[in-house]
Amino acid sequence: MSDAYPAELLYTKDHEWARVEGPAATIGITRFAVDQLGDITMVELPKEGATFKRGDVIGTVESVKAVSDIYAPLSGKVVKVNDVLENSPEYLNQDPYDEGWMIQIELSDQAELKDLMDATAYVALVEEHGE
Amino acid sequence: MAYSRVVPRSTPLLDIHKSSGGRIVEFAGWLMPVQYSGIIDEHKTVRTAVGLFDVSHMGEVFFAGPRAVEAVQRVVTTEVGRLRDGEAVYTVICRPTGGIVDDCIVYRRRQDQLFIVVNASNEVKDYTWLAENAGGIARVTNRSADFALIAVQGPKAVATLCKLTKLDLPAVKYFGLVDGEIAGMKVTAARTGYTGEDGFEVFTSPVDAPKMWGALMEAGKEFGVKPAGLGARDTLRLEARMCLYGNDITDETTPLEAGLNWVVKLDAGDFIGREALQKQKAGGVRRKLVGFVIRERAIARHGYPILAPEAARRAAPSAAEGVRGAAEGRSERSERAPDGPPGSIGVVTSGTSSPTLGYSIGMGYVPTELSQPGQKILCDCRGKLASAEIVKGPFYKRPA
Repeated sequence: MSDAYPAELLYTKDHEWARVEGPAATIGITRFAVDQLGDITMVELPKEGATFKRGDVIGTVESVKAVSDIYAPLSGKVVKVNDVLENSPEYLNQDPYDEGWMIQIELSDQAELKDLMDATAYVALVEEHGE
Repeated sequence: MAYSRVVPRSTPLLDIHKSSGGRIVEFAGWLMPVQYSGIIDEHKTVRTAVGLFDVSHMGEVFFAGPRAVEAVQRVVTTEVGRLRDGEAVYTVICRPTGGIVDDCIVYRRRQDQLFIVVNASNEVKDYTWLAENAGGIARVTNRSADFALIAVQGPKAVATLCKLTKLDLPAVKYFGLVDGEIAGMKVTAARTGYTGEDGFEVFTSPVDAPKMWGALMEAGKEFGVKPAGLGARDTLRLEARMCLYGNDITDETTPLEAGLNWVVKLDAGDFIGREALQKQKAGGVRRKLVGFVIRERAIARHGYPILAPEAARRAAPSAAEGVRGAAEGRSERSERAPDGPPGSIGVVTSGTSSPTLGYSIGMGYVPTELSQPGQKILCDCRGKLASAEIVKGPFYKRPA
């Protein structure tokens, strides 16, 4: 479980993760999400400088099978985008936490962090889904 | 019957799917593997080596008796009389309106015994329809529970099967069928499939199915055989531009609209739907099912609206508003699929990113005047307008 859901990350019920480093957070989608989607063939991410509120749609992920929205786990401003995913969306399947990171944001509200789940709570949620 | 819809049914291979890593989903009332190693990996395995599909959920309806051929002819649009023993044909079952009840394959074993393989999602509807409309002159029985069905597909399919049988499978023609033994088990093997590759579909008894699956996995090992799920089945059939019932063809669409003219033989006999199809053929179809490719970064999926190419010019400032703009003055168009929502000229019925080709492919209905190969159309992919080009024929054809 620890490999599938690293302990140092925070999670949402919509299967996004956030790696918080001071005023910034790196964001992606979880192993559970990419496994459910299957082979990912296209990723659309926001542009650098875009701002959004928690819960906003910030992009989409398309797999062979389906299309899914990505929701902002935290409010903030995009400071970096993983452009590599545009041409290598398969990195998301292979490594959703490192090579498959999506964007880095500057947090606009640190207080939101307490609303995210830790790995233990997220694993419990995923197990409820039957995986 | 209602009860059987609530509790999903399982094929005799469900335990094998579970233990070999298949991800199980409910499909058409059945628990089926949607994927094992991954859709793209399974897809490529079928294109380059050999894959196994459990398609035991498909329905088998038998027609027996001296008037069996005539009975089948009443309900399908092809010329059943042309089939010889051991031959099969792809065809459709139509309503009096010409709308498609189901697409299917008719297999002739003998002059007095034919069977039709129908879609799992339509098994009950089809059996009821077939029994009501052909039952008067032949014995029509739903024998779906008597058979498991394993599709062995790919360039190494025949080589895999040949290791397990004395049957001369290479000599069996496309859409031919033989009875015999494979791996010591009684089977009917038909050179048919839903992938665009060479291969066989093997009918066995449900009791034998797990053993047959194991034997095929073992025999195919040297060729790199893999089990494949419904996900790869869908991408494979779409690349081969084969229709999926419920998506590309429905009760509301006719075979002439769907480009299945080759399965409509108006002089075959007095089959159900003939009159409507005759009229439609004479008058010309209003819309047509076309194949299209998208070479930009977008995937058009089932249900997405298709817009006329000039809709792009009105699309400002956002694509979504462009759709609304295009809607003005065109709202007379029916909202019912497959015409698409107001403002659209049609609707996408199937679409995916093609694992073999590396770009987006799809099918959809458009007005006949915009259905020529080379015609540019727009797909409204969740508010983003993607440019698509209509193309002729299958997206993928296996090397000869």
